[in-house]
Amino acid sequence: MTSLVPGEVRVDRLRRRMITVQIIGAGVILALAMAPYVFEPSITSQWIKLFYLITLATAWNLLAGFAGMVSVGQQAYIGLGAYGVFVFNDLGLDPYSSALVASLAIGAIAFALSFVAFRLRGGYFAIGTWVIAEAARQIVIRFDSLGAGRGRGISDYTADPVMRNLFTYWLALGIVVATLIGTLFLLRSRLGVALQSVRDNEVAARALGVDVSRAKRIVFVLAAVMAALAGAVICLQQIGVQSPSQIFSVSFSAFMVFMVLIGGIGTLEGPIIGAIVYYVMDLYFSQMGLWYLVVLGVLAIAITLFLPQGIWGALRSRFDITLFPVGHRVVATSRPAGAAPAGPGEPRPNRTTDATAASATTEG
Amino acid sequence: MTRTAGAGEALLEVDSVAKSYGALDVLTAVHLSVPAGQALGIVGPNGAGKSTLLSVINGTERATAGTVRFGGRDVTATPADARARAGMGRTFQVPRPFAHLTVFENALAGATAGAGLRGRAADDRALAALAMADMLGVANTPAGALPLLGRKRLELARALATDPRLLLLDEIAGGLTEAECDSLVATIRSLHTQGITIIWIEHVVRALLAVVERLVCLATGVIVADGEPSEVMRSDAVRAVYLGGAL
Ligand SMILES: Nc1ncnc2c1ncn2[C@@H]1O[C@H](COP(=O)(O)OP(=O)(O)O)[C@@H](O)[C@H]1O
Ligand SMILES: [Mg+2]
Repeated sequence: MTSLVPGEVRVDRLRRRMITVQIIGAGVILALAMAPYVFEPSITSQWIKLFYLITLATAWNLLAGFAGMVSVGQQAYIGLGAYGVFVFNDLGLDPYSSALVASLAIGAIAFALSFVAFRLRGGYFAIGTWVIAEAARQIVIRFDSLGAGRGRGISDYTADPVMRNLFTYWLALGIVVATLIGTLFLLRSRLGVALQSVRDNEVAARALGVDVSRAKRIVFVLAAVMAALAGAVICLQQIGVQSPSQIFSVSFSAFMVFMVLIGGIGTLEGPIIGAIVYYVMDLYFSQMGLWYLVVLGVLAIAITLFLPQGIWGALRSRFDITLFPVGHRVVATSRPAGAAPAGPGEPRPNRTTDATAASATTEG
Repeated sequence: MTRTAGAGEALLEVDSVAKSYGALDVLTAVHLSVPAGQALGIVGPNGAGKSTLLSVINGTERATAGTVRFGGRDVTATPADARARAGMGRTFQVPRPFAHLTVFENALAGATAGAGLRGRAADDRALAALAMADMLGVANTPAGALPLLGRKRLELARALATDPRLLLLDEIAGGLTEAECDSLVATIRSLHTQGITIIWIEHVVRALLAVVERLVCLATGVIVADGEPSEVMRSDAVRAVYLGGAL
């Protein structure tokens, strides 16, 4: 067992795993991008829902799981993202570009709203975000051009329904991929550590020099943009908004919480698993009506009771696996005793040791 | 003892500082001038306001009245994070670990945010801080899994990772064995010889006196004695505070 000795350690950012993830990830993305050529459009267009669910779950997890901001108002940005498609479409942009431009505009709105929301803490923050979402809905339905309280359709849309589905599929895929990659890189950056320190103890984070508001604001805006993109995809898929109360519904928040808690909060993998679980349940059981919600509720309670870390958390602690490399691991650079020591200028790690098991070292 | 460069010049100046929580006056008119490079000890009974004084110095709490100057700049209204980046490191008496991050990542937060480092430089700074606090062996342990003593040590490691000019320590020696205490004293002494200015609140007087060159006694929010450590310990004021020998 190698112990960690000053001067003979280095930090492993899991670079090798990162390369593996990039290669496998590129393969998966390519396969998904080509899927519409292999499967029936009716099948792949169903995956659009899975893509935006993963996007929503990842965004909420970034907000609550990594930055400690428990919001129940992300539907504000989902709704604004959907309505934003109309706004820019009416100005002459195609619906897909409208989705992207609208989401950026909503990022700017979220930036401004953060100054209001951040005045509130804990439970008040959660309620505040919900109030913001209600206010956003109330404002949107004032506009007759946006269908007032009735919802509306996209006026200038791709005529061919097959192409329409295809474009929406690719957009949704691009969004979920960008969301996951963006979140992965964010968590690997300095900001990732800062965010988690704020989540775990804000006072200590501040005392160590973390600009708490800045870190939170970046994530608040990013999560809003992700939700807006998901909202825009919902709008594109449904060729409009059925009703403002549906697209601004607080049940989006309930489902996001469900997906993240089921899958495992504070991990990148968890929300993906949670979204898949929810997607499958929704696919096969949603026609059960009220009973479906009962089943979802029972499942949520069972998992929080028996797997408090969620499905991924349980798998990870059982099998010590990670899919996405976000952590840091301090490893010994020296060879085990008896082997020739590596030259001082060329650390060649041939063995990595988990220091958790290693005995405490003495001061050097 | 003190660093020649800047010796005599005050790194920290606490001027008529008061702090109240509602009707409770915790600090009243505290004056304290700490030259660069000095190692200052603070003693005083529980509830005297020692931790509150550290909070007002590092910005965790805002002073109700008075000014705090650091490196010649008025920082009374400066938020704690900016003071940390300017070179104030602080440990908390009741540890505040980032429970879901590893011990190394806890230190890394200090090295990146506080010392403003990135990449390899930040890693190296965090590793050096862990080595100084004798925590490399548990570098990959989640901080939430540490026992109390480990958490206290992590407070020190994290503060060191910010590369402080002024280190504020709040009761970090309690509960240590004699050998552990000696090793802690050696660590803090070596920080002192590196020129880091230190303010150390400690009930373990033996440890404190092995390091500090000046001692302050705080009682009910005011400084009742200030000077050469052994003289302060013998002073009537300190004896009165401790009712003749609680120390
Ligand atoms: N946040 C707070 N709100 C109200 N009272 C506080 C707060 N923090 C400390 N106090 C009170 O201030 C007094 C001094 O506390 P403290 O500075 O922790 O003393 P010491 O560190 O000398 O033991 C105590 O009476 C304590 O109860
Ligand atoms: Mg105290």
